Amino acid sequence: MKGPALTLFQLRYVNKAYWRNPVSAFFAFAYPLMFLVIFTSIFRNADVQFGARRVNEATFYVPAMAALAVITVCFNNIAVAVTFQRDSGVLKRTNGTPLPSASFFGARILHAVLVSVMLVVITAAFGRAFYNADIPTGVTLVRMLILLAVGAATFCALGFAISSVIPNADASQPIVNAVILPLLFLSGIFIPLGNNPPTWMNWIGRIFPLKHFLTGMQAGFLGSTFHWTDVLIVAAWGLAGLLFSIRFFRWEPRT
Amino acid sequence: MFDPARNAATVVQVRGLTKSYGDFSAVAGIDLSITRGEVFALLGPNGAGKTTTLEILEGYRRRDGGDVTVLGLDPGRQRFQLKEQIGIVLQSTGVDRYLTVAESITMYSAYYPRPRPVDEVIELVGLTDKRDTRVVKLSGGQQRRLDVAIALAGDPELLFLDEPTTGFDPSARHEAWQVVRNLADLGKTVLLTTHYMDEAQYLADRVAVIARGRIVAQGTPATLGGRDAARATVSYRLSTDVEPPPGLGERARPDGLLEFAADDLTVALHELTGWALEHRLTLDNLQVSRPSLEDVYLELTADTTGEGRRP
Repeated sequence: MKGPALTLFQLRYVNKAYWRNPVSAFFAFAYPLMFLVIFTSIFRNADVQFGARRVNEATFYVPAMAALAVITVCFNNIAVAVTFQRDSGVLKRTNGTPLPSASFFGARILHAVLVSVMLVVITAAFGRAFYNADIPTGVTLVRMLILLAVGAATFCALGFAISSVIPNADASQPIVNAVILPLLFLSGIFIPLGNNPPTWMNWIGRIFPLKHFLTGMQAGFLGSTFHWTDVLIVAAWGLAGLLFSIRFFRWEPRT
Repeated sequence: MFDPARNAATVVQVRGLTKSYGDFSAVAGIDLSITRGEVFALLGPNGAGKTTTLEILEGYRRRDGGDVTVLGLDPGRQRFQLKEQIGIVLQSTGVDRYLTVAESITMYSAYYPRPRPVDEVIELVGLTDKRDTRVVKLSGGQQRRLDVAIALAGDPELLFLDEPTTGFDPSARHEAWQVVRNLADLGKTVLLTTHYMDEAQYLADRVAVIARGRIVAQGTPATLGGRDAARATVSYRLSTDVEPPPGLGERARPDGLLEFAADDLTVALHELTGWALEHRLTLDNLQVSRPSLEDVYLELTADTTGEGRRP
Protein backbone atom coordinates (compact mmCIF):
# COMPACT_ATOMS: atom_id res chain seq x y z
CA MET A 1 0.00 0.00 0.00
CA LYS A 2 1.17 3.49 -0.74
CA GLY A 3 0.31 7.12 0.06
CA PRO A 4 -3.43 7.76 -0.05
CA ALA A 5 -4.46 4.08 0.25
CA LEU A 6 -2.26 3.68 3.31
CA THR A 7 -3.71 6.89 4.80
CA LEU A 8 -7.26 5.56 4.37
CA PHE A 9 -6.22 2.18 5.80
CA GLN A 10 -4.70 3.95 8.79
CA LEU A 11 -7.87 6.05 9.13
CA ARG A 12 -9.92 2.87 9.66
CA TYR A 13 -7.83 1.91 12.65
CA VAL A 14 -7.82 5.42 14.13
CA ASN A 15 -11.60 5.31 13.83
CA LYS A 16 -11.87 1.84 15.41
CA ALA A 17 -9.77 2.85 18.38
CA TYR A 18 -11.75 6.10 18.72
CA TRP A 19 -15.17 4.46 19.01
CA ARG A 20 -13.92 1.75 21.34
CA ASN A 21 -13.33 4.38 24.00
CA PRO A 22 -17.03 5.11 24.42
CA VAL A 23 -16.62 7.54 27.31
CA SER A 24 -14.35 9.84 25.32
CA ALA A 25 -16.57 9.58 22.23
CA PHE A 26 -19.71 10.25 24.27
CA PHE A 27 -18.33 13.44 25.76
CA ALA A 28 -17.08 14.70 22.42
CA PHE A 29 -20.67 14.42 21.18
CA ALA A 30 -22.44 15.54 24.35
CA TYR A 31 -20.19 18.54 24.99
CA PRO A 32 -21.53 21.01 22.36
CA LEU A 33 -25.17 20.00 22.97
CA MET A 34 -24.72 20.33 26.71
CA PHE A 35 -23.35 23.86 26.37
CA LEU A 36 -26.04 24.72 23.86
CA VAL A 37 -28.70 23.79 26.41
CA ILE A 38 -26.88 25.45 29.31
CA PHE A 39 -26.24 28.78 27.57
CA THR A 40 -29.71 29.05 26.07
CA SER A 41 -31.16 28.23 29.49
CA ILE A 42 -29.06 30.86 31.25
CA PHE A 43 -29.86 33.61 28.74
CA ARG A 44 -33.42 32.44 28.20
CA ASN A 45 -35.59 34.48 25.85
CA ALA A 46 -32.98 37.19 25.54
CA ASP A 47 -32.04 38.56 22.16
CA VAL A 48 -28.49 39.13 21.03
CA GLN A 49 -27.38 42.15 19.08
CA PHE A 50 -25.73 40.61 16.07
CA GLY A 51 -24.45 43.19 13.60
CA ALA A 52 -27.44 45.21 12.46
CA ARG A 53 -29.98 42.66 13.56
CA ARG A 54 -31.09 41.02 16.77
CA VAL A 55 -31.23 37.28 16.87
CA ASN A 56 -32.65 34.85 19.35
CA GLU A 57 -30.13 33.53 21.89
CA ALA A 58 -30.71 29.92 20.87
CA THR A 59 -30.20 30.70 17.23
CA PHE A 60 -27.00 32.52 18.12
CA TYR A 61 -25.61 29.54 19.99
CA VAL A 62 -26.08 26.96 17.23
CA PRO A 63 -23.11 28.13 15.10
CA ALA A 64 -21.13 29.00 18.23
CA MET A 65 -21.51 25.52 19.67
CA ALA A 66 -20.83 23.96 16.27
CA ALA A 67 -17.56 25.92 16.27
CA LEU A 68 -16.85 24.76 19.82
CA ALA A 69 -17.42 21.15 18.77
CA VAL A 70 -14.91 21.43 15.93
CA ILE A 71 -12.30 23.07 18.15
CA THR A 72 -12.74 20.44 20.88
CA VAL A 73 -12.51 17.45 18.55
CA CYS A 74 -9.64 18.80 16.50
CA PHE A 75 -7.50 20.94 18.76
CA ASN A 76 -8.12 19.60 22.28
CA ASN A 77 -8.53 15.93 21.43
CA ILE A 78 -5.57 15.69 19.07
CA ALA A 79 -3.25 17.54 21.45
CA VAL A 80 -4.21 15.30 24.38
CA ALA A 81 -4.36 12.01 22.43
CA VAL A 82 -1.07 12.57 20.63
CA THR A 83 0.70 13.52 23.86
CA PHE A 84 -0.65 10.37 25.47
CA GLN A 85 0.50 8.25 22.52
CA ARG A 86 3.93 9.84 22.74
CA ASP A 87 4.27 9.13 26.46
CA SER A 88 3.06 5.55 26.09
CA GLY A 89 5.57 4.82 23.33
CA VAL A 90 3.08 4.36 20.48
CA LEU A 91 4.64 7.21 18.51
CA LYS A 92 8.19 5.93 18.92
CA ARG A 93 7.13 2.52 17.70
CA THR A 94 5.34 4.04 14.71
CA ASN A 95 8.44 6.09 13.94
CA GLY A 96 10.40 2.83 13.73
CA THR A 97 8.15 1.52 10.93
CA PRO A 98 8.08 2.62 7.27
CA LEU A 99 4.68 4.35 7.71
CA PRO A 100 5.18 7.80 6.11
CA SER A 101 4.60 10.68 8.52
CA ALA A 102 2.16 12.19 6.02
CA SER A 103 -0.07 9.10 6.30
CA PHE A 104 0.13 9.12 10.07
CA PHE A 105 -0.79 12.82 10.36
CA GLY A 106 -3.20 12.61 7.42
CA ALA A 107 -5.25 9.79 8.94
CA ARG A 108 -5.67 11.60 12.26
CA ILE A 109 -6.59 14.88 10.57
CA LEU A 110 -9.07 13.19 8.22
CA HIS A 111 -10.66 11.39 11.13
CA ALA A 112 -11.06 14.58 13.18
CA VAL A 113 -12.51 16.40 10.15
CA LEU A 114 -15.08 13.63 9.63
CA VAL A 115 -16.07 13.59 13.31
CA SER A 116 -16.30 17.41 13.16
CA VAL A 117 -18.73 17.26 10.24
CA MET A 118 -20.86 14.74 12.15
CA LEU A 119 -20.86 16.98 15.22
CA VAL A 120 -21.86 20.06 13.26
CA VAL A 121 -24.69 18.12 11.61
CA ILE A 122 -25.90 16.88 15.00
CA THR A 123 -25.66 20.34 16.57
CA ALA A 124 -27.56 21.87 13.63
CA ALA A 125 -30.25 19.17 13.77
CA PHE A 126 -30.57 19.65 17.52
CA GLY A 127 -30.79 23.43 17.07
CA ARG A 128 -33.36 23.01 14.33
CA ALA A 129 -35.48 20.61 16.38
CA PHE A 130 -35.45 22.47 19.67
CA TYR A 131 -34.47 26.08 18.96
CA ASN A 132 -35.79 26.78 15.48
CA ALA A 133 -32.34 27.50 14.09
CA ASP A 134 -31.86 28.10 10.35
CA ILE A 135 -30.19 25.35 8.36
CA PRO A 136 -27.95 26.60 5.55
CA THR A 137 -28.73 25.49 1.99
CA GLY A 138 -27.33 26.01 -1.52
CA VAL A 139 -24.28 28.24 -1.92
CA THR A 140 -24.32 29.14 1.79
CA LEU A 141 -24.04 25.47 2.65
CA VAL A 142 -21.19 24.86 0.22
CA ARG A 143 -19.26 27.86 1.57
CA MET A 144 -19.84 26.72 5.12
CA LEU A 145 -18.64 23.19 4.36
CA ILE A 146 -15.44 24.61 2.85
CA LEU A 147 -14.90 26.73 5.95
CA LEU A 148 -15.66 23.71 8.12
CA ALA A 149 -13.09 21.51 6.37
CA VAL A 150 -10.43 24.23 6.41
CA GLY A 151 -11.18 25.11 10.03
CA ALA A 152 -11.16 21.50 11.23
CA ALA A 153 -7.85 20.79 9.49
CA THR A 154 -6.39 24.00 10.91
CA PHE A 155 -7.34 23.17 14.48
CA CYS A 156 -5.86 19.68 13.98
CA ALA A 157 -2.58 21.19 12.77
CA LEU A 158 -2.58 23.49 15.79
CA GLY A 159 -3.30 20.48 18.03
CA PHE A 160 -0.21 18.72 16.64
CA ALA A 161 1.77 21.94 17.01
CA ILE A 162 0.90 22.44 20.68
CA SER A 163 1.55 18.74 21.43
CA SER A 164 5.16 19.41 20.37
CA VAL A 165 5.62 21.80 23.28
CA ILE A 166 3.59 19.93 25.92
CA PRO A 167 6.17 18.17 28.14
CA ASN A 168 4.10 15.10 29.10
CA ALA A 169 0.64 13.57 29.09
CA ASP A 170 -0.22 14.79 32.60
CA ALA A 171 0.37 18.37 31.52
CA SER A 172 -1.59 18.14 28.28
CA GLN A 173 -5.12 18.82 29.56
CA PRO A 174 -4.18 21.86 31.73
CA ILE A 175 -2.02 23.41 29.01
CA VAL A 176 -4.64 22.91 26.33
CA ASN A 177 -7.33 24.42 28.55
CA ALA A 178 -5.14 27.35 29.53
CA VAL A 179 -4.65 28.16 25.86
CA ILE A 180 -8.12 27.51 24.50
CA LEU A 181 -10.53 28.63 27.25
CA PRO A 182 -9.51 32.34 27.30
CA LEU A 183 -9.64 32.39 23.51
CA LEU A 184 -13.10 30.78 23.46
CA PHE A 185 -14.37 33.57 25.74
CA LEU A 186 -12.47 36.42 24.08
CA SER A 187 -13.57 35.31 20.61
CA GLY A 188 -17.24 35.45 21.63
CA ILE A 189 -17.91 31.74 21.31
CA PHE A 190 -19.16 31.21 24.86
CA ILE A 191 -20.72 34.62 25.44
CA PRO A 192 -21.61 37.06 22.65
CA LEU A 193 -19.36 40.13 22.76
CA GLY A 194 -22.01 42.51 21.43
CA ASN A 195 -21.25 45.27 18.97
CA ASN A 196 -18.75 47.29 20.99
CA PRO A 197 -16.19 45.11 22.73
CA PRO A 198 -12.96 46.77 23.96
CA THR A 199 -10.34 47.37 21.27
CA TRP A 200 -7.89 44.82 22.67
CA MET A 201 -10.58 42.17 22.50
CA ASN A 202 -11.23 43.07 18.89
CA TRP A 203 -7.55 42.59 18.19
CA ILE A 204 -7.55 39.16 19.77
CA GLY A 205 -10.45 38.30 17.51
CA ARG A 206 -8.60 39.60 14.46
CA ILE A 207 -5.32 37.85 15.22
CA PHE A 208 -6.39 34.38 16.38
CA PRO A 209 -8.34 32.00 14.15
CA LEU A 210 -11.28 31.33 16.50
CA LYS A 211 -13.30 34.49 15.85
CA HIS A 212 -12.78 34.17 12.08
CA PHE A 213 -13.95 30.58 12.21
CA LEU A 214 -16.99 31.58 14.30
CA THR A 215 -17.86 34.45 11.94
CA GLY A 216 -17.80 32.04 9.01
CA MET A 217 -20.03 29.56 10.81
CA GLN A 218 -22.43 32.38 11.72
CA ALA A 219 -22.63 33.33 8.05
CA GLY A 220 -23.79 29.78 7.44
CA PHE A 221 -26.44 29.63 10.15
CA LEU A 222 -27.46 33.25 10.74
CA GLY A 223 -27.34 34.61 7.21
CA SER A 224 -24.69 37.26 7.94
CA THR A 225 -22.11 38.18 5.29
CA PHE A 226 -19.55 35.54 4.42
CA HIS A 227 -15.97 36.79 3.97
CA TRP A 228 -13.37 34.63 2.23
CA THR A 229 -10.73 36.53 4.23
CA ASP A 230 -11.97 34.66 7.33
CA VAL A 231 -11.27 31.36 5.57
CA LEU A 232 -7.84 32.59 4.46
CA ILE A 233 -6.81 33.71 7.94
CA VAL A 234 -7.92 30.38 9.41
CA ALA A 235 -6.00 28.56 6.65
CA ALA A 236 -2.89 30.67 7.34
CA TRP A 237 -2.96 29.51 10.97
CA GLY A 238 -3.32 25.94 9.76
CA LEU A 239 -0.29 26.29 7.52
CA ALA A 240 1.71 27.85 10.36
CA GLY A 241 0.67 24.99 12.67
CA LEU A 242 1.67 22.44 10.06
CA LEU A 243 5.09 23.99 9.48
CA PHE A 244 5.68 24.27 13.21
CA SER A 245 4.73 20.60 13.66
CA ILE A 246 6.98 19.43 10.83
CA ARG A 247 9.89 21.24 12.47
CA PHE A 248 9.22 20.54 16.15
CA PHE A 249 7.04 17.42 16.38
CA ARG A 250 8.54 14.85 18.77
CA TRP A 251 7.98 11.10 18.42
CA GLU A 252 9.67 10.25 21.70
CA PRO A 253 8.79 11.14 25.29
CA ARG A 254 10.88 13.74 27.02
CA THR A 255 13.09 12.06 29.62
CA MET B 1 40.84 -6.79 1.37
CA PHE B 2 37.29 -6.68 0.04
CA ASP B 3 35.63 -10.03 0.41
CA PRO B 4 32.14 -10.15 -1.14
CA ALA B 5 31.23 -13.53 0.35
CA ARG B 6 32.02 -12.31 3.82
CA ASN B 7 30.21 -9.03 3.24
CA ALA B 8 27.02 -10.72 2.07
CA ALA B 9 26.89 -12.65 5.30
CA THR B 10 27.59 -9.64 7.49
CA VAL B 11 24.34 -8.07 8.60
CA VAL B 12 25.68 -5.50 11.05
CA GLN B 13 29.11 -3.90 10.78
CA VAL B 14 30.16 -1.27 13.31
CA ARG B 15 33.58 0.37 13.58
CA GLY B 16 34.68 2.98 16.09
CA LEU B 17 31.13 4.04 17.02
CA THR B 18 30.92 7.01 19.40
CA LYS B 19 28.05 8.98 20.88
CA SER B 20 28.08 11.57 23.67
CA TYR B 21 25.35 13.39 25.53
CA GLY B 22 26.96 16.60 26.73
CA ASP B 23 30.01 15.58 28.75
CA PHE B 24 28.79 12.02 29.13
CA SER B 25 30.30 9.59 26.67
CA ALA B 26 27.56 6.98 26.26
CA VAL B 27 29.32 5.02 23.53
CA ALA B 28 33.10 5.36 23.49
CA GLY B 29 34.31 3.45 20.44
CA ILE B 30 32.50 0.20 19.72
CA ASP B 31 33.27 -2.39 17.06
CA LEU B 32 30.77 -5.10 16.20
CA SER B 33 30.26 -7.57 13.42
CA ILE B 34 27.13 -9.70 13.29
CA THR B 35 26.60 -12.48 10.79
CA ARG B 36 23.36 -13.50 9.09
CA GLY B 37 21.30 -15.92 11.16
CA GLU B 38 23.15 -15.19 14.36
CA VAL B 39 21.58 -14.41 17.74
CA PHE B 40 23.89 -11.79 19.21
CA ALA B 41 23.58 -10.45 22.75
CA LEU B 42 24.91 -7.16 24.07
CA LEU B 43 25.33 -7.85 27.75
CA GLY B 44 26.00 -5.09 30.24
CA PRO B 45 24.82 -3.22 33.31
CA ASN B 46 22.33 -0.34 33.12
CA GLY B 47 23.81 2.74 31.55
CA ALA B 48 26.63 0.84 29.83
CA GLY B 49 25.57 2.08 26.39
CA LYS B 50 23.49 -0.88 25.18
CA THR B 51 20.35 1.04 24.30
CA THR B 52 22.24 3.96 22.79
CA THR B 53 24.15 1.56 20.52
CA LEU B 54 20.96 -0.23 19.53
CA GLU B 55 19.06 2.98 18.81
CA ILE B 56 21.87 4.22 16.58
CA LEU B 57 21.69 0.99 14.58
CA GLU B 58 17.88 1.29 14.40
CA GLY B 59 18.12 4.86 13.10
CA TYR B 60 16.53 6.56 16.11
CA ARG B 61 19.73 8.42 17.08
CA ARG B 62 22.52 9.97 15.10
CA ARG B 63 26.02 8.82 15.85
CA ASP B 64 28.83 11.26 16.62
CA GLY B 65 31.50 9.18 14.91
CA GLY B 66 32.41 5.81 13.43
CA ASP B 67 31.13 3.69 10.57
CA VAL B 68 27.83 1.82 10.81
CA THR B 69 26.34 -0.46 8.20
CA VAL B 70 23.11 -2.36 8.83
CA LEU B 71 21.93 -4.67 6.01
CA GLY B 72 24.24 -2.73 3.72
CA LEU B 73 22.63 0.59 4.63
CA ASP B 74 23.67 3.59 6.70
CA PRO B 75 20.97 4.00 9.40
CA GLY B 76 21.74 7.71 9.64
CA ARG B 77 21.19 8.44 5.96
CA GLN B 78 19.09 5.59 4.56
CA ARG B 79 16.65 5.23 7.42
CA PHE B 80 13.53 4.73 5.34
CA GLN B 81 14.94 1.81 3.29
CA LEU B 82 16.29 0.32 6.49
CA LYS B 83 12.94 0.55 8.29
CA GLU B 84 11.38 -1.74 5.67
CA GLN B 85 13.81 -4.55 6.51
CA ILE B 86 14.14 -4.42 10.28
CA GLY B 87 11.86 -5.15 13.21
CA ILE B 88 12.26 -3.24 16.44
CA VAL B 89 11.18 -4.18 19.95
CA LEU B 90 11.89 -1.15 22.11
CA GLN B 91 12.62 -1.29 25.80
CA SER B 92 9.28 0.27 26.61
CA THR B 93 6.67 0.82 24.00
CA GLY B 94 2.91 1.02 23.61
CA VAL B 95 0.16 -0.11 21.29
CA ASP B 96 -3.26 1.42 20.91
CA ARG B 97 -5.09 -0.13 23.85
CA TYR B 98 -8.45 -0.44 22.18
CA LEU B 99 -7.36 -2.56 19.20
CA THR B 100 -7.22 -6.36 19.36
CA VAL B 101 -4.07 -8.44 18.91
CA ALA B 102 -4.96 -9.35 15.32
CA GLU B 103 -5.98 -5.77 14.45
CA SER B 104 -2.75 -4.31 15.82
CA ILE B 105 -0.61 -6.73 13.81
CA THR B 106 -2.72 -6.22 10.67
CA MET B 107 -2.36 -2.46 10.99
CA TYR B 108 1.43 -2.57 11.34
CA SER B 109 1.91 -5.21 8.65
CA ALA B 110 0.27 -2.87 6.10
CA TYR B 111 3.23 -0.52 6.41
CA TYR B 112 5.64 -3.06 4.92
CA PRO B 113 6.23 -4.10 1.32
CA ARG B 114 6.31 -7.86 2.02
CA PRO B 115 4.47 -8.59 5.26
CA ARG B 116 4.29 -12.02 6.86
CA PRO B 117 0.73 -13.42 7.14
CA VAL B 118 -0.87 -12.12 10.34
CA ASP B 119 -2.03 -15.46 11.70
CA GLU B 120 1.40 -16.95 11.13
CA VAL B 121 2.94 -14.14 13.19
CA ILE B 122 0.37 -14.63 15.95
CA GLU B 123 1.16 -18.33 16.12
CA LEU B 124 4.89 -17.69 16.14
CA VAL B 125 4.61 -15.67 19.35
CA GLY B 126 2.02 -18.01 20.86
CA LEU B 127 -0.91 -15.59 21.05
CA THR B 128 -3.35 -17.62 18.95
CA ASP B 129 -5.91 -17.93 21.76
CA LYS B 130 -5.65 -14.16 22.40
CA ARG B 131 -6.12 -13.28 18.74
CA ASP B 132 -9.29 -11.22 19.27
CA THR B 133 -8.49 -9.91 22.74
CA ARG B 134 -8.01 -6.19 23.16
CA VAL B 135 -4.50 -5.07 24.05
CA VAL B 136 -5.70 -3.49 27.29
CA LYS B 137 -6.67 -6.97 28.57
CA LEU B 138 -3.30 -8.68 27.94
CA SER B 139 -0.83 -9.53 30.72
CA GLY B 140 2.63 -7.95 30.72
CA GLY B 141 4.21 -11.03 29.19
CA GLN B 142 1.53 -11.24 26.51
CA GLN B 143 1.97 -7.55 25.64
CA ARG B 144 5.70 -8.17 25.24
CA ARG B 145 4.96 -11.04 22.88
CA LEU B 146 2.65 -8.71 20.96
CA ASP B 147 5.59 -6.27 20.73
CA VAL B 148 7.62 -9.04 19.13
CA ALA B 149 4.72 -9.95 16.84
CA ILE B 150 4.41 -6.36 15.62
CA ALA B 151 8.16 -6.24 15.02
CA LEU B 152 7.80 -9.43 12.96
CA ALA B 153 4.81 -8.17 10.96
CA GLY B 154 6.98 -6.88 8.11
CA ASP B 155 8.93 -10.17 7.92
CA PRO B 156 12.23 -8.43 8.75
CA GLU B 157 15.71 -9.76 8.00
CA LEU B 158 17.03 -8.39 11.27
CA LEU B 159 15.30 -8.04 14.61
CA PHE B 160 16.34 -5.75 17.46
CA LEU B 161 15.19 -6.69 20.96
CA ASP B 162 16.02 -4.17 23.67
CA GLU B 163 15.84 -5.91 27.06
CA PRO B 164 13.06 -8.23 25.96
CA THR B 165 12.40 -9.76 29.39
CA THR B 166 13.27 -7.09 31.95
CA GLY B 167 10.75 -7.15 34.77
CA PHE B 168 9.31 -10.55 33.84
CA ASP B 169 8.49 -13.39 36.21
CA PRO B 170 10.38 -16.64 35.47
CA SER B 171 7.61 -18.32 33.47
CA ALA B 172 7.02 -15.25 31.29
CA ARG B 173 10.77 -15.10 30.66
CA HIS B 174 10.87 -18.69 29.50
CA GLU B 175 7.94 -18.04 27.18
CA ALA B 176 9.73 -15.04 25.71
CA TRP B 177 12.90 -17.07 25.31
CA GLN B 178 10.97 -19.69 23.39
CA VAL B 179 9.76 -16.96 21.02
CA VAL B 180 13.34 -15.80 20.38
CA ARG B 181 14.37 -19.42 19.77
CA ASN B 182 11.56 -19.68 17.21
CA LEU B 183 12.95 -16.62 15.44
CA ALA B 184 16.42 -18.12 15.34
CA ASP B 185 14.93 -21.26 13.81
CA LEU B 186 13.45 -19.09 11.04
CA GLY B 187 16.98 -17.97 10.22
CA LYS B 188 16.42 -14.38 11.37
CA THR B 189 19.34 -12.39 12.66
CA VAL B 190 18.63 -11.18 16.18
CA LEU B 191 20.48 -8.48 18.09
CA LEU B 192 19.34 -8.29 21.69
CA THR B 193 20.44 -6.42 24.78
CA THR B 194 20.15 -7.82 28.25
CA HIS B 195 21.60 -7.53 31.71
CA TYR B 196 20.76 -11.12 32.57
CA MET B 197 23.62 -13.59 32.25
CA ASP B 198 21.35 -16.60 31.95
CA GLU B 199 19.43 -14.92 29.14
CA ALA B 200 22.60 -14.32 27.13
CA GLN B 201 23.79 -17.84 27.85
CA TYR B 202 20.50 -19.44 26.87
CA LEU B 203 19.75 -17.42 23.74
CA ALA B 204 22.91 -16.08 22.19
CA ASP B 205 25.32 -17.61 19.72
CA ARG B 206 27.71 -14.82 20.58
CA VAL B 207 27.91 -12.31 23.41
CA ALA B 208 29.62 -8.95 23.70
CA VAL B 209 30.02 -7.55 27.19
CA ILE B 210 29.68 -3.78 27.21
CA ALA B 211 30.71 -1.50 30.07
CA ARG B 212 31.17 2.26 30.16
CA GLY B 213 30.48 2.54 26.45
CA ARG B 214 33.13 0.02 25.41
CA ILE B 215 33.12 -3.65 24.56
CA VAL B 216 35.28 -5.37 27.15
CA ALA B 217 34.93 -8.96 25.92
CA GLN B 218 33.39 -10.81 23.04
CA GLY B 219 32.88 -14.48 22.28
CA THR B 220 30.51 -17.42 22.56
CA PRO B 221 28.89 -17.82 25.98
CA ALA B 222 31.16 -20.83 26.61
CA THR B 223 34.43 -19.09 25.80
CA LEU B 224 33.72 -15.53 26.93
CA GLY B 225 36.61 -13.93 28.78
CA GLY B 226 38.76 -17.05 28.33
CA ARG B 227 36.35 -18.95 30.54
CA ASP B 228 36.99 -22.29 28.83
CA ALA B 229 40.75 -21.93 29.17
CA ALA B 230 40.68 -20.84 32.81
CA ARG B 231 42.06 -23.24 35.39
CA ALA B 232 39.54 -25.57 36.94
CA THR B 233 39.02 -25.59 40.68
CA VAL B 234 38.72 -28.93 42.45
CA SER B 235 37.09 -29.07 45.87
CA TYR B 236 36.25 -31.94 48.25
CA ARG B 237 35.80 -32.80 51.93
CA LEU B 238 38.07 -34.91 54.17
CA SER B 239 37.73 -35.84 57.79
CA THR B 240 39.76 -33.39 59.90
CA ASP B 241 42.27 -35.94 61.22
CA VAL B 242 43.60 -36.71 57.75
CA GLU B 243 46.29 -34.62 56.05
CA PRO B 244 45.61 -34.04 52.34
CA PRO B 245 48.30 -34.96 49.82
CA PRO B 246 50.79 -32.13 49.19
CA GLY B 247 49.68 -29.61 46.53
CA LEU B 248 46.25 -31.23 46.17
CA GLY B 249 44.21 -29.26 48.66
CA GLU B 250 44.45 -26.78 51.49
CA ARG B 251 42.17 -26.34 54.42
CA ALA B 252 41.48 -22.69 53.65
CA ARG B 253 37.75 -22.44 53.22
CA PRO B 254 35.47 -21.59 56.14
CA ASP B 255 33.05 -24.37 55.19
CA GLY B 256 35.80 -26.93 55.74
CA LEU B 257 36.13 -27.90 52.08
CA LEU B 258 39.58 -28.40 50.63
CA GLU B 259 40.32 -26.73 47.36
CA PHE B 260 43.07 -26.40 44.74
CA ALA B 261 43.44 -25.04 41.23
CA ALA B 262 44.46 -27.68 38.70
CA ASP B 263 46.74 -26.91 35.77
CA ASP B 264 46.19 -30.31 34.27
CA LEU B 265 42.85 -31.54 35.49
CA THR B 266 43.16 -35.12 34.25
CA VAL B 267 46.46 -35.68 36.02
CA ALA B 268 45.36 -33.89 39.18
CA LEU B 269 42.14 -35.91 39.48
CA HIS B 270 43.98 -39.18 38.84
CA GLU B 271 46.49 -38.37 41.56
CA LEU B 272 43.85 -37.31 44.04
CA THR B 273 41.51 -40.25 43.54
CA GLY B 274 44.44 -42.67 43.43
CA TRP B 275 45.64 -41.31 46.75
CA ALA B 276 42.17 -41.67 48.25
CA LEU B 277 41.76 -45.26 47.07
CA GLU B 278 45.16 -46.16 48.38
CA HIS B 279 44.30 -44.80 51.83
CA ARG B 280 40.74 -46.13 51.69
CA LEU B 281 39.29 -42.67 52.13
CA THR B 282 36.18 -41.14 50.58
CA LEU B 283 36.23 -37.72 49.00
CA ASP B 284 32.88 -36.25 49.95
CA ASN B 285 31.42 -33.46 47.79
CA LEU B 286 34.10 -33.85 45.12
CA GLN B 287 33.50 -31.08 42.57
CA VAL B 288 35.23 -29.58 39.55
CA SER B 289 34.24 -26.02 38.60
CA ARG B 290 35.25 -23.32 36.16
CA PRO B 291 34.39 -19.61 36.38
CA SER B 292 30.72 -19.14 35.50
CA LEU B 293 29.59 -16.60 32.93
CA GLU B 294 28.47 -14.55 35.91
CA ASP B 295 31.98 -14.61 37.46
CA VAL B 296 33.46 -13.47 34.15
CA TYR B 297 30.83 -10.79 33.71
CA LEU B 298 31.23 -9.40 37.22
CA GLU B 299 34.98 -9.28 36.77
CA LEU B 300 34.73 -7.56 33.38
CA THR B 301 32.26 -4.94 34.54
CA ALA B 302 33.76 -4.57 38.03
CA ASP B 303 34.59 -0.84 37.75
CA THR B 304 31.07 0.08 36.83
CA THR B 305 28.82 1.27 39.59
CA GLY B 306 25.72 0.43 37.62
CA GLU B 307 24.49 3.97 38.11
CA GLY B 308 24.93 4.99 34.52
CA ARG B 309 22.51 7.41 33.08
CA ARG B 310 20.42 7.21 30.01
CA PRO B 311 19.63 10.17 27.76
